Amino acid sequence: MIVTLLIVVPLLAGIFSLLAKNNTAKGTAIVSTIVTLVVGALIGVEAYTTPLSWSIDWIPTLGTKVSFVADGMSTMLSLLVSIVMLVVYISNLNKKVENEGSFYGLMLLSQAGITGVFLASDALLFYFFWELALIPVYFLCSQWGGENRIKVTFKFFIYTFVGSLMLLAAIIYLATSTPGGSSFAWNDIVRAGSSLPAAEQQWVFWLIFIAFAIKMPIFPFHTWQPDAYETSPTPVTIVLSALMVKMGLFAVLRWLLPVVPAGAEFWSETVIILSVIGIIYASLLAIVQTDLKRLIAYSSIAHMGLMSAVAFANTEVGMHGVMVQMFNHGINITGMWLIVSMVEQRWGTRDMRELGGMASTAPRMAIAMVVIALANIALPLTNGFIGEFMLFNGLFSSEVACGTTYMILAGLGIILGAVYTLNMVQRTAYGDAIATKQGGDLTRNEYIGLAVIIAIIIFLGVYPKPLLEMTSGMVSMMP
Amino acid sequence: MKAIIAATILGIVMMFAGLFVKEKKSVVTIATLLLLVLFGVNIYDISFAENAPQSLFNNLLRVDSYALWFNMMMTGCTFLYVLLLGKHIRQVGNHVAEYFALIFFILCGIYLISTYNNLLMLFIGIEIMSIPQYILAGSDKQNMKSNEASLKYFLMGAFTTGILLMGITLLYGATGTFYITNFTFLQTASLNPLALAGILFILVAFAFKISAAPMHLWTPDVYDGSPAPFTAFMATVVKAGAFVGFLRLFHISFGTLGEHWMLVVAIITAATLLVGNITAVYQQSVKRMLAYSSIAQAGFMLFAVVSVNATAWQGMIIYAIAYSVATIGMFSVLVKMKDYTYDGFNGLAKKQPALAFFTTIFLLSLAGIPLTGGFMAKYFVLTAAVEQGNLMWLVIFALLMAAVSVYYYFRVIMAMYFKTGDAELRAEVTSTDRLLMGITCVIIILLGVVPHLFMGNL
Repeated sequence: MIVTLLIVVPLLAGIFSLLAKNNTAKGTAIVSTIVTLVVGALIGVEAYTTPLSWSIDWIPTLGTKVSFVADGMSTMLSLLVSIVMLVVYISNLNKKVENEGSFYGLMLLSQAGITGVFLASDALLFYFFWELALIPVYFLCSQWGGENRIKVTFKFFIYTFVGSLMLLAAIIYLATSTPGGSSFAWNDIVRAGSSLPAAEQQWVFWLIFIAFAIKMPIFPFHTWQPDAYETSPTPVTIVLSALMVKMGLFAVLRWLLPVVPAGAEFWSETVIILSVIGIIYASLLAIVQTDLKRLIAYSSIAHMGLMSAVAFANTEVGMHGVMVQMFNHGINITGMWLIVSMVEQRWGTRDMRELGGMASTAPRMAIAMVVIALANIALPLTNGFIGEFMLFNGLFSSEVACGTTYMILAGLGIILGAVYTLNMVQRTAYGDAIATKQGGDLTRNEYIGLAVIIAIIIFLGVYPKPLLEMTSGMVSMMP
Repeated sequence: MKAIIAATILGIVMMFAGLFVKEKKSVVTIATLLLLVLFGVNIYDISFAENAPQSLFNNLLRVDSYALWFNMMMTGCTFLYVLLLGKHIRQVGNHVAEYFALIFFILCGIYLISTYNNLLMLFIGIEIMSIPQYILAGSDKQNMKSNEASLKYFLMGAFTTGILLMGITLLYGATGTFYITNFTFLQTASLNPLALAGILFILVAFAFKISAAPMHLWTPDVYDGSPAPFTAFMATVVKAGAFVGFLRLFHISFGTLGEHWMLVVAIITAATLLVGNITAVYQQSVKRMLAYSSIAQAGFMLFAVVSVNATAWQGMIIYAIAYSVATIGMFSVLVKMKDYTYDGFNGLAKKQPALAFFTTIFLLSLAGIPLTGGFMAKYFVLTAAVEQGNLMWLVIFALLMAAVSVYYYFRVIMAMYFKTGDAELRAEVTSTDRLLMGITCVIIILLGVVPHLFMGNL
């Protein structure tokens, strides 16, 4: 029962903010997210050992249920949602947003949707939340985005919607293949899917995979992403890149690999090759970007590529690494976006050629940037390190043909990652200060937001045990 | 089945009411009340129905619980339609009472179509349903487009009626009976070519009535030319009625002959989806877009025909309700607009936030986004097709077409919310309007969240 609070609280808060016409939106958002954070932490303590679940009949004619399961992985990701959203709300506390009620209302609705995706253990319910997360984001980007927003957002929407519809086809197909003819429970779907003949699994695999690949995004389904990240207002970009892409990866782990194991095995090499191409391609593109947002967008494609490659390499340590890294990447990229939005707000540009000397004008901000950038390239003692280590270990020990080759190629991506990340730090934090434009250092709220991020980065870098233990139970459940 | 008699009597009462009540506003009130009475009669029929199907009029009609439930739901939709659009029906022309009388007669036709057990009853039902429509299409007498719509609809419709009759005759020639439950003796192995030709003719006639490609060509002109309030009715309740007739005949009588007609219907479905969706993309007028969208939605409803199983019947009823309610809602917004083009909606969200919000819900439902009735409707009919087997290609194709449909539905949303402009209204949006539209939205959400409430115990 307590699990439902994670979804119901932001959902109600969102509807309240949409309807209320006064200035309570920010407060509602923060309070409700603190509630979900506390609830998430409580569940985390419980789910550390045994998963919590809750279920009730929904549509009897279809055999679908409202059922949630909070196990290690989904609790960790729900916590990520709460932490990230809270940081976003706090650091935006002083910023004026036009039509505040709608903005925060939609943010909360998508927060509910994303959490629901992580917790749902009924395929149809999962699909509902999958869409519920998308629709508010569509409105957020189109309404509050930057230049060209309508076109870019619509492209994003159509891309992901096509993917979702293919997923729907797969869900219908799997549900009708379940023993009772119509059941959506995770167990039944897994049983039905994995007992399909291999040839059928191979095409069902693509129906499901396309939806998740577009969301992650994996090369060549990524073309919506840099534009969408660039155009969206920063809070929404954070939702997209820190949380929604995790939905894709999470869904691969929960709703793809166990459901069609034979299909996944058959196509794993294709997916790994696509992911590795994506890593190299995105890293190379990131190097030549001058716009900070685009740079981080491409770097995100590279990171997600590594995680998806390892997810399909099918090794225990790799799978564990993917789960851990999902959390870490979410934290790190949130930090990056926050810094970018602060830069843009102060100096009015995101173009690295026009920036410089942040260390002298805003030293605290520069330090935060350096720490987050180092975490992003997985330096030891930051949270990125342990996950990345496990990822490479997983790829290396994989039984997939040419696993080592892929590892080396992916490793190249990491070196390139260091190139563009350090280059970015150098060009924005150091060098000559921009004389004409002066911006102050961090405000109190921004300070709190970044401090939370950095504290998590360092804590998990030094002591990753809680994260590792929380997800270790999940690894053994994977096929 | 008291509703058939009630619909006829109430239609006549309505006609005479026009003689005595001169004020248009009161005519609308009377019509609303009489519809409520009809709805009550439907509920009465359901609550006193026996479990077993009931034969009436020498077995000409066979009233089962599905038909009763369907009739009640469609009467409910008509009631909602009159509530939402009554004000605008009254502005179409001078003969307001007659318009409502015709709507009662159409409902009577639908009751016959949903319960027929004899092909002659089907024929009579279709005629009773169609002829008032020809009149309604031409009710805006001063407008040439309305006249054109009426004439076009009448000529094409009359021609198709001929084809339907021919099909019935051929079938009679082959089997010696008009009773649809008797056709079950038809066996695939020994099928008479005469019967096969009959089935094909009837198929074509039905495809015309539900505006399936390639028999859809009349639809855009008729829907665009007719006065908007009547288009709303023609495109929803009437179309659903024709669909149920289609479903009844092909599932009950020809269900076992699937290999002869199923592929044809599957191809018609694919063609309808393709033509409806792709052409809708190129429209500049929202009204015309809705005409094509109704073709596209018919493509989805055809899934219920092409898959012979119980889920298809459930899907049909959910689709009929979800589609009708959302489309009626959409038209109730459209009639308020001065300019029917997409640009006419520019900036509506600033001017009328509530109206824009309701329109968004209607459009999301038509596009089949989860949590709305449109999603559940699509879900049921597609599940029926998957259960049928061998139709996965059609399901995937339909879903791709659903993605196309998002394009033209969302264009309206984009115009309302993200474009700047001065959306001019033709009629004032009163708080009653807002309340009714809000109720319509609630119905749509309920359909999407708890669809079993609308299916009774089917």
